[in-house]
Amino acid sequence: MRKRIGILLALVVVLSLVLAACKQAAPETEVPTEAPTEAPTEEMPAEEPLKVAFIYIGQPGDLGWTYEHDRGRKMLEEELGDQVETIVVMDVPEGPDAEKAIRDVVQQGAKVVFATSFGYMDPMLTVAQEFPDVYFEHCSGYKTADNMATYFGRMYQPRYLSGLVAGSMTEANFIGYVAAHPIPEVIRGINAFTLGVRQVNPDAEVHVVWTNTWYDPVKEREAAEALLDEGADIIAQHQDTTEPQKAAQERGKLSIGYDSDMRQFVGDTVLTSPVWNWGVYYVKTVQDVLNGTWVTHQYWGGMADGVVALAELSPMVPDDVKQLVDQEEEKILSGEWDVFCGPIYDQNGELKVPEGECMSDADMLSMDWFVQGVVGTIPTQ
Amino acid sequence: MEDLITSILTITIRAGTSLLYATLGEIYTERSGVLNLGVEGTMMVGAATAFAVAYHSDNIWLGLLAALLVGGLMALIHAFLTISLRADQVVSGLAITLFGTGLASFMGQRLGPGGTTMVGLQGPAFQRIPLPVLGDLPVVGPSVFTQDVLTYFLYLLVPVLWFYLYKTRFGLHLRAVGENPQAADVMGVNVTTTRYAYTIFGGVLMGMAGAHLSLGYLKGWADNITGGRGWIAIALVIFAMWDPIRAVIGAVLFGGINALQFRMQAAGTTIPASFLNMTPYFFTILVLVMITWWEVVRKRVGAPAALGIPYVREEKR
Repeated sequence: MRKRIGILLALVVVLSLVLAACKQAAPETEVPTEAPTEAPTEEMPAEEPLKVAFIYIGQPGDLGWTYEHDRGRKMLEEELGDQVETIVVMDVPEGPDAEKAIRDVVQQGAKVVFATSFGYMDPMLTVAQEFPDVYFEHCSGYKTADNMATYFGRMYQPRYLSGLVAGSMTEANFIGYVAAHPIPEVIRGINAFTLGVRQVNPDAEVHVVWTNTWYDPVKEREAAEALLDEGADIIAQHQDTTEPQKAAQERGKLSIGYDSDMRQFVGDTVLTSPVWNWGVYYVKTVQDVLNGTWVTHQYWGGMADGVVALAELSPMVPDDVKQLVDQEEEKILSGEWDVFCGPIYDQNGELKVPEGECMSDADMLSMDWFVQGVVGTIPTQ
Repeated sequence: MEDLITSILTITIRAGTSLLYATLGEIYTERSGVLNLGVEGTMMVGAATAFAVAYHSDNIWLGLLAALLVGGLMALIHAFLTISLRADQVVSGLAITLFGTGLASFMGQRLGPGGTTMVGLQGPAFQRIPLPVLGDLPVVGPSVFTQDVLTYFLYLLVPVLWFYLYKTRFGLHLRAVGENPQAADVMGVNVTTTRYAYTIFGGVLMGMAGAHLSLGYLKGWADNITGGRGWIAIALVIFAMWDPIRAVIGAVLFGGINALQFRMQAAGTTIPASFLNMTPYFFTILVLVMITWWEVVRKRVGAPAALGIPYVREEKR
């Protein structure tokens, strides 16, 4: 009998703890729970703010991916003021839990939902079909519906520019790249970076280490240290935390950040960072919803749109390199040239993109080969 | 080649330190007959506490002490639920991990300066210091004998824990309580006190494991800092067959494979990294499969016979 009471007590404890844990993931704003109204969005009275929900994979405290989305959300609140009210759900795992989180915010009255991780794609599509009068926006995916759009950015453009900086400043001609998962997005980034490096320094090589995780501070650091031990003097990365940057700094080496301007968190040894600027897109999209002009789309904005950018260069970067970066940036901004324009050779020296031709978006989005200058393999092959 | 061995050895030991502390803690806990699945959560809270206290007091030892206390406290909750109330040990342990993960994350968000986040802060940290004389040896000097204080302490702790377990009267009592609490009780050993003591001691070591992450290895706080290492520690206990010395082999293997495979990728070798990458987890799964065959392999792997079973005096089993 006592034993059973014990089990019961333990269960109660578990339940309360789970609830406590969930509470953290619960929306920040207090919103009365009610079914979504049937009224069409465009005729909403002006005094009623439009509820915009954000689903995060982590917390803004990562100083990387989610931090940037949250910065975008704050910009949205600033720009549109009383017209919008935002709801945030943090730490939502990809998969079935995401479906619940998305449905929850819709039931709380959200009219626009931004889901900020690839794995939210299918759950979001499911919910989108249930609520045709709500606008769904999925980051980095490819599935759309009449009321569900996708959005992403041409991160490869600022990555190329950051490659110019790294290529100019490496003395060992050995640049380390800590990479998360071998998917086209990451491969495209490594290639663009390497094209930048080789543009200014044809002898330099970019060594890739896969961690197979987006977020694991310890592993990210270990991967960076392995590269430093092997002789790298600059560390670039495609991860969610600043650990590779910190590891490089502790050894007195340089680095290139990602996601956010990591120089402000780590110091001037972070030469620059290709950064996201989601606010630009969030304001534009929500404005479209308010105006009633929203139509489904697949947004892939570049530097010219402002959704991706290169963070301010560290004072350690010499002036001639700054000028070169500005010059190349101008070419990208004006649209006269893009990163994946030929001639581009792959790792085996085979010509992949002939001179005078540029890769199509479709080819870029399914990239599964490395350019010349990358040392490493793509495991999926 | 010498450089390669040195650097891999260095990273292996650094990565293995927190893993080994957690494993030793769990070994002592399980030896007393208590299964504590709260390692991951306890480590996480230990890491958050250690950093928060060290940062605000600017005293790294105070941070370490706080982590040990909190680790012991987390284990005390588990001990109270499972020993005094005889709750299910698996359920209680999982609760501790859920609770710890949430609590640590919450602490991370609020315990920075002025109630802000702790992420990205730089606080005091344990630096790697070469030992006199030993630190000048080739290969092992710059690796084995150039580590932080917590790692050096571990070098002493492992033989002590082994000696205590197998060669002292108290160690015998501990093993007796885990193997056959009835007999231990008849011998005059207080089963409840023993289980409480070693569960709490285990929690202290888990807190230490967390402190090493945030004060020694990463030198800062990051959300979900443990990244599943608490679970690997639980697997390592079985891998080590509840023996402190064998736990060293396990921790070195798990820490080392990661270091090695990253290093091989960095050097540009063509050996599939994904294969090496999965090896530690393959071992973990293998070991977890063995748990499923608990009854079958129990005798062979030497699990404490009374592990996971609450002890009630005068109750027939």
